[in-house]
Amino acid sequence: MITIFGIPLQAFLGQLLLGLVNGSFYAILSLGLAVIFGLLNVINFAHGALYMLGAFLAWMGLHYLGLNYWVMLLVAPILVGLFGILIEKCLLKHLYKLDHLYGLLLTFGITLLIEGLFRSFYGASGQPYSTPEALRGATNLGFMMLPNYRAWVVVASLTVCLITWFVIERTKLGALLRAGTENPRLVEAFGINVPLMITLTYGFGVALAGFAGVLAAPIIQVSPLMGSNLIIVVFAVVVIGGMGSILGAIVTGLGLGVIEGLTKVFWPEASSTVVFIIMAIVLLLRPAGLFGKEK
Amino acid sequence: MKLRTLSASLMIAGLGLVGHTAQATVSDNVIRIGFVTDMASVYSDIDGAGGVEAVRMAIADAGGQINGKKIELLFADHQNKADVAAARAREWFDQQKIDLLIGGTNSGVNLALAGIAAEKKKPFFAIGAAASDLTGAQCTPYTVHWAYDTVALARGTGSAVVKAGGKTWYFLTADYAFGHALERDTAKVVREAGGEVKGQVRAPLNSSDFSSFLLQAQSSKAQILGLANAGGDTINSIKAANEFGIGKTMKLAGLLIFINDIHSLGLQATQGMQFTDGWYWDQNDETRAWSKKFEARVKRKPSMIQAGNYSAVSFYLNAVKATNSDEGDTIMKWMKSNKVNDMFAKNGYVREDGRMVHDMFLMEVKKPSESKGPWDYYKQIAVLPGEEVFTKLSESTCKLVKK
Repeated sequence: MITIFGIPLQAFLGQLLLGLVNGSFYAILSLGLAVIFGLLNVINFAHGALYMLGAFLAWMGLHYLGLNYWVMLLVAPILVGLFGILIEKCLLKHLYKLDHLYGLLLTFGITLLIEGLFRSFYGASGQPYSTPEALRGATNLGFMMLPNYRAWVVVASLTVCLITWFVIERTKLGALLRAGTENPRLVEAFGINVPLMITLTYGFGVALAGFAGVLAAPIIQVSPLMGSNLIIVVFAVVVIGGMGSILGAIVTGLGLGVIEGLTKVFWPEASSTVVFIIMAIVLLLRPAGLFGKEK
Repeated sequence: MKLRTLSASLMIAGLGLVGHTAQATVSDNVIRIGFVTDMASVYSDIDGAGGVEAVRMAIADAGGQINGKKIELLFADHQNKADVAAARAREWFDQQKIDLLIGGTNSGVNLALAGIAAEKKKPFFAIGAAASDLTGAQCTPYTVHWAYDTVALARGTGSAVVKAGGKTWYFLTADYAFGHALERDTAKVVREAGGEVKGQVRAPLNSSDFSSFLLQAQSSKAQILGLANAGGDTINSIKAANEFGIGKTMKLAGLLIFINDIHSLGLQATQGMQFTDGWYWDQNDETRAWSKKFEARVKRKPSMIQAGNYSAVSFYLNAVKATNSDEGDTIMKWMKSNKVNDMFAKNGYVREDGRMVHDMFLMEVKKPSESKGPWDYYKQIAVLPGEEVFTKLSESTCKLVKK
């Protein structure tokens, strides 16, 4: 049997694939953070809570209204996005002129508020959410049984990531967005409503978190704490990729998912810290991150 | 601030028994109880606010006062951090003059609290924590370990599974004091019963994805996957095990399962699983009656830990009443020479090492078709006599045990 670093090739491939699945979550979450930071200069600490909110909306839709997974996959991100717009309109927009720290503190406060509310209503153990009918079962890939749902997660999140990247980097709308953050007054002089654009960007960024939440619901327990368990890692991913870099967020997210997956085989105890070790190394060698530009 | 002081006394002094002349040795005329547990994180469902409510019920059932001395409860969130809990306990002992300290969930926290209570010579109840070290190598004259421990879980579930033919084991272990203790104690039981441990993987606490660890477990070709973890980790590992069809080649043995975990996962995902529990709400009329009262306050059925809180505090208050004192050594002496008889334990007793010995139960999760509705989840398979299931005094590593 062929072995790689002492483990059979089959097991190795299996672990690579699982890492890719987790990486898809990192990619889509860090993408939202990167979009928001890149265009608004806000460190959105509420991202984890909004991811949790997306998952809970999916669960509530099914539990109270009988709306299935596919409906909620569309509806939940929109609702989360609208909630984000509300946050931006009422609170965040007053902070743009201040230091980053204020935005971070505000969004951190929002996180505590949302998580606290859900915990007091639903408790910490979480709610079960079953895999949608069409994606149940597993496919035999030869080297492992891959649950169909996990394959769907990779496809769905990569598609959304690539579309986002394309819109921001390759279309006129994206060009306006980027110009608007670079020099808002000049862009406004061309008759573009920059504040509206910024509001919508924030809404879109958090809608991505909501989308990831719905994707995660059938895999992990829908619990008020699911966001806070993940968000710190996602921040590390953004820092490694380079704050504000769209492509950086996607590539780093996937890459770190894979590295973390392999760590789980070779040194399981370190799997929760490996991302931070990499972050420290990257910051030492390239302070702006792998894909970031020095300002 | 999460610390709230509340007066549990609802009775106004002076309504009766004016001129009561018993000689009181209750310090500063108040019986003050301090309770630190996880109020907001992974273990808050199994204890948390519901646990506080159970303690309040015990105080209310005692009438809110003993011989005219008011009973007060202080509680705080330890955030699963031993240093936070220790700082709070010291403040309570030094400034609030508490007479009894209760540690909720988390073995690491409880080991720290036990040391402080011993230093202050005040009774300490470990109720939500599992590590058997509390009455083993790290025992103190003031610790009482109430509801369960890792040895009882290991002997209960471990030997039942080996007896049923599960000879080869692989452990998925939470990488901290509790997980290590549970894995160690269970592996010992498995080996003694002629089984074999094929290996283990230690997953960090609060891992979000367990699939990688599960595939490693599966490739060990062991028959049994022992889950030496708790709370959210257990829930997510069982969920992933279902998704990856681990159950087709291995049988899952949850070594520490709470009713809240089953409620959260649903019967479909957990049916047939066997595990050890110290108490279940639907065991007899007494447990049902108490649980009904609890549910009216908390809107959930109680866990073993919450029932244990009620039982332990009631026992303590009985001790205060009988001795008319809240002095540490007097109370400990009374508690170690009287039996525990309530809805939680029958003929339970507190041993010299601090272990409260009572019967445990081997349970099996019902099939969805057998359950009458929410919270109707367990079938009792066997009674595990306390004398056999807890560490025997002859095996004890506690320095208080005279051999």
